[in-house]
Amino acid sequence: MDIAFYICAAVAVISTAMTITSVNAVHALLYFIVSLLAVGVIFFVLGAPFVAALIIIINAGAIMVLFVFVIMMLNLGPHTKEQEKSWLKPRTWIGPAILTTILLVELIYTLTGYSGTSTEAAVVPAKQVGISLFGPYLLAVELASILLLAGLLGAYHLGRGSADGEEVNKQ
Amino acid sequence: MIANIPLQYGLGLAVMLFGLGLIGVLVRRNIVFILLSIEIMLNACGLAFVVVGSHLNQPDGQVMYFFILTMAAAEVAVGLGLVMQMYRKFNTLDTNAINRMKG
Repeated sequence: MDIAFYICAAVAVISTAMTITSVNAVHALLYFIVSLLAVGVIFFVLGAPFVAALIIIINAGAIMVLFVFVIMMLNLGPHTKEQEKSWLKPRTWIGPAILTTILLVELIYTLTGYSGTSTEAAVVPAKQVGISLFGPYLLAVELASILLLAGLLGAYHLGRGSADGEEVNKQ
Repeated sequence: MIANIPLQYGLGLAVMLFGLGLIGVLVRRNIVFILLSIEIMLNACGLAFVVVGSHLNQPDGQVMYFFILTMAAAEVAVGLGLVMQMYRKFNTLDTNAINRMKG
């Protein structure tokens, strides 16, 4: 199973390098999602299935959707249609598609090679994480909820487009 | 199921990803790319926590990743709100356009 780690590490580094070097924001997002998926597989083979699920669901799912929404909102205009067409060219998605295919092959290999007999292997299960989270780290969980509330209020305040604010900006 | 990789390799991967994110913050001038690079750096920090946590067989690394993820979510929400404000005011995403602070 060691080879899975090295392949995923290579995919993560390549896709991250493509993220910071690509010109188009949507291409960068595609490559960053591939990087997150690779890091998720690394978490899985390292014996941390809880955070492997968490990075896929929250990081690659929710946070990246937020990025996509904002990029799509900022690109309003008559040139949007040509831009959409240019985004659907094969050379846009062929790179992320190749990298995710590597991850898919690796996932199938991992699932078929899983015998279920590795009992002494050091998987830290989600139950243990939950016990630790709501045991000694209970105060930190409360602080995280307060931080999320503050982030929610801040995002609402900053993202609210008030009518008088627009007029002030035009002056 | 468990990869027996040396601790140095996992931490080295985290350092490489963090370095790439740092280069992105320093080089790019588009504010969306800067936010993405900050995400890369936060993710690399979480990777380091999880690698050490799985090396020591403790759940604390995953707990720390949970908190980093919470912080990243709040940071992205506020940061993208600021990006939208900036686009409304200056009609650009270039950070050179906002290099003067006018009180």
